[in-house]
Amino acid sequence: MDLNLVHMVLFLVGIIAFAAGNAAYLVWVERKGAARIQRRTGPCEVGPAGLIQPLADGAKLMSKQIVFPDGIDKPLFMLAPMFAMIPAVMIFVTIPFGPVGFGPFADFMIVAREMNIGLLMILAFASVNVMALLLGGWSSKNKYAVISAIRGVSQGIAFEIPLVITAITIVMISGSMQLSTIVEAQAGGFWNWNWMPLQGNLFGPVSFIVFFICFLAETNRAPFDLGEAESELIAGFHTEYSSMGFGLFFMGEYANIVIGASLTTILFLGGWTSPFPEFVPVLGASSFLWFLLKIYLLIWTVVLIRWTYPRVTLWSLLNLAWKILIPFALINLLGSAVLIKILPMLGL
Amino acid sequence: MGSQALSQNNETFEINLGPQHPATHGVLRVKLTMDGEYIVDAEPVLGYIHRMHELMGENRTWAKYLPNMGRIDYLSALSYNLGYVQLVEKMMGIEVPERAEYIRVLTTEMNRISSHLLWFGAFVLDLGGFTPLLYAFDDREHILDLLESVTGSRLTYCYYRFGGLYNDVDDDFLTGCTQFLKRLRSRMPMYHKLVTGNVILRQRLVGVGPLSAEMCRKYGATGPVLRGSGVNYDVRKNEPYSIYPELDFDVPVYSDGDSMARYMVRMDEIEQSMRIVEQCIAKMPQGEIKAPKVPKLIKPAIGDYYHAVEAARGTFAIRAVSDGKNQAYRMKLRAPTFCNLSLYQEASKGMLLADALAFMGSLDLVIPEIDR
Amino acid sequence: MAGYFNSILTGTKSLVTGLLITQAEFFKKPVTLQYPHESLEMTPRYRGHIQLVKNPETGTHQCISCGMCQKGCPSGCITLKGVKQEGVKGKVLVQYDLDFTTCSLCGQCIENCKPGAIEFSLEYNLASTNKEDFHYDLLERVKEQK
Repeated sequence: MDLNLVHMVLFLVGIIAFAAGNAAYLVWVERKGAARIQRRTGPCEVGPAGLIQPLADGAKLMSKQIVFPDGIDKPLFMLAPMFAMIPAVMIFVTIPFGPVGFGPFADFMIVAREMNIGLLMILAFASVNVMALLLGGWSSKNKYAVISAIRGVSQGIAFEIPLVITAITIVMISGSMQLSTIVEAQAGGFWNWNWMPLQGNLFGPVSFIVFFICFLAETNRAPFDLGEAESELIAGFHTEYSSMGFGLFFMGEYANIVIGASLTTILFLGGWTSPFPEFVPVLGASSFLWFLLKIYLLIWTVVLIRWTYPRVTLWSLLNLAWKILIPFALINLLGSAVLIKILPMLGL
Repeated sequence: MGSQALSQNNETFEINLGPQHPATHGVLRVKLTMDGEYIVDAEPVLGYIHRMHELMGENRTWAKYLPNMGRIDYLSALSYNLGYVQLVEKMMGIEVPERAEYIRVLTTEMNRISSHLLWFGAFVLDLGGFTPLLYAFDDREHILDLLESVTGSRLTYCYYRFGGLYNDVDDDFLTGCTQFLKRLRSRMPMYHKLVTGNVILRQRLVGVGPLSAEMCRKYGATGPVLRGSGVNYDVRKNEPYSIYPELDFDVPVYSDGDSMARYMVRMDEIEQSMRIVEQCIAKMPQGEIKAPKVPKLIKPAIGDYYHAVEAARGTFAIRAVSDGKNQAYRMKLRAPTFCNLSLYQEASKGMLLADALAFMGSLDLVIPEIDR
Repeated sequence: MAGYFNSILTGTKSLVTGLLITQAEFFKKPVTLQYPHESLEMTPRYRGHIQLVKNPETGTHQCISCGMCQKGCPSGCITLKGVKQEGVKGKVLVQYDLDFTTCSLCGQCIENCKPGAIEFSLEYNLASTNKEDFHYDLLERVKEQK
């Protein structure tokens, strides 16, 4: 048998497990973290520190009956949760986790299928997420769900623009859409990462924050969770979903958070490269562990943000996108373009 | 055809906010006619938790009606207890010992703080922030513990009696109050940093739901809603009762009339209530807690009686008509949130859905009090 | 334009302050109580349902069956009966039922009681799906009491 095929199958299984496991245990992290932020204990009954809680929740969700309300558009209603989960798993295929970094396989890259247009593919699939919202809300025949779907779409469109513009800036700097190339261009200590201006990203920290905000908004996380504003729209687009229909939306949300954090890490925080220069022993080595550390720190920030801020309104959300984020992203793009492309062209 | 033409000209739809809805904190139902995200009409529908407290007042003796008071507004029950016992004392001409008055004011103000704290948490919850609710509950829990140690109950207190109190407070309670005030004083800056200063919260509150003093007058709005619209009216100052004239406190007034003004009024009222409690502890006289001569059977002379107190949400007034029997001929309870809600329909026209909910939260509605 | 950048700056500052506060709270100990495993001691003045006071000397209650509690109860949840017995002064209590489903714990029965024969219990762990479980026979209860 082709060794390549074995590699593929193994990685696909691994990725699905990673996506599902992350979704399940991020719920635990979120609940436990929220509890500690609010001076509570959080889940503690099922297993030590409530660690088996996600499995119990999953078993509960799977054993529930799927309710189809009267008058829904059934095919679309069933399709919507899949649109939430499948693109998320697809994206994981192209995300490189980095080399092992130690032991006998130190140079072995952990990635299912690296692509030379990886970033483009991720952005393309990420935009399918909006589709899930729209279909779920539209097909439910529920007014709250429809309002939520419309909100979700206008939010998704508004924030995709600055997201893509900032990503283009990075692509321009690295000269590649391949994620591993983008990461390797940032090697050699944290000052070389793209969130610092050294690489040519003119307003580095600003563009990092712009990207991070867009990632929050794209994944419908608080404070941008207008679609699920429970004080206004009950549960928003998934009001009518039960059982695993709801479960898939839920898992899709958390899988998207992991993807967003991974992408932010790859584009701005140097992926799997170490924050220390290469001559530092042990800590200087690139490893997927650095990558995981970075994404989980980002995810913790996301969780912390959710449990700190109130929700924005649709208007101020769109204002934020069109009046602040897009101008900043554009200026950054132009500035970087001048710095990297035009100045060398003029021989400066 | 005809209906199609109508729907083209009038593209609105209705959604129900309640009676079971996360934003209404109870069984209030608001029928919203929406044009997209904008509210064309918001019609509050009441009566889902109507318990006929007024009628019960006409069918029970004066003493037996006392426990009902804690059930009207379960968040600031002591103000309602106070209003009722003071009405009866007014009718019967009972003199209340000074110590009892001080304890009454102290516990009422503690109750007001707890009510405002709960409102603060629930309001931020309406706006989508979960954590401040739990912090506010943490503080509120201390007040409930303190009040439980004197009154015996945590929410629906029945502590005041005609001519005095059910039982006396001890020094543990007073030191507990002092400690709590110290704790809350250190927590308030945290609340202001975490919530008041937050740019998202300010965006959602500043300029949202402006109420003119004119409109408040039109609908009879009172309490923080009125004071947030620039009218300096507080029953504690305007028609002083109990020992309030002897205490030094300010009435916070903000003139903007928006949700932020109402928010700030309540936050400042917490500070003022803390001042009142401190003064009560410092001035607490010794002595009896119950008037020596309270008639066993309460039979007021024929007449029309009225008494108003400042509850946490506004003016709570009772008008009782006595025909000389041992129960009231007519009992009218004026609940503040009923009036505060009644301006909602007019004021929320043309608002965004999210703003309308922020506005509703800023009115601090307690549904059982609206329905009574 | 200056206002534009200024509002962005102050806004960002307020957001960061908020994050620092919640992150600091994260490291503090929880303040909640894990209820079924640990529970609070009730304060002595806690108002549970009423019960007859047990006199440690005689080993029984002190009720004189005057019925003042029953008369004063706003919700009519007390039913008591006393009968005249040969050789005993006054009435002897033979039945004291409390319908706790309608009780509002106002304490008027206790205030009305001249001999101080009833008090609040400290019970709060009361839950049942059966209404009848809240009809207490207080006479039986005082016998079981230590």
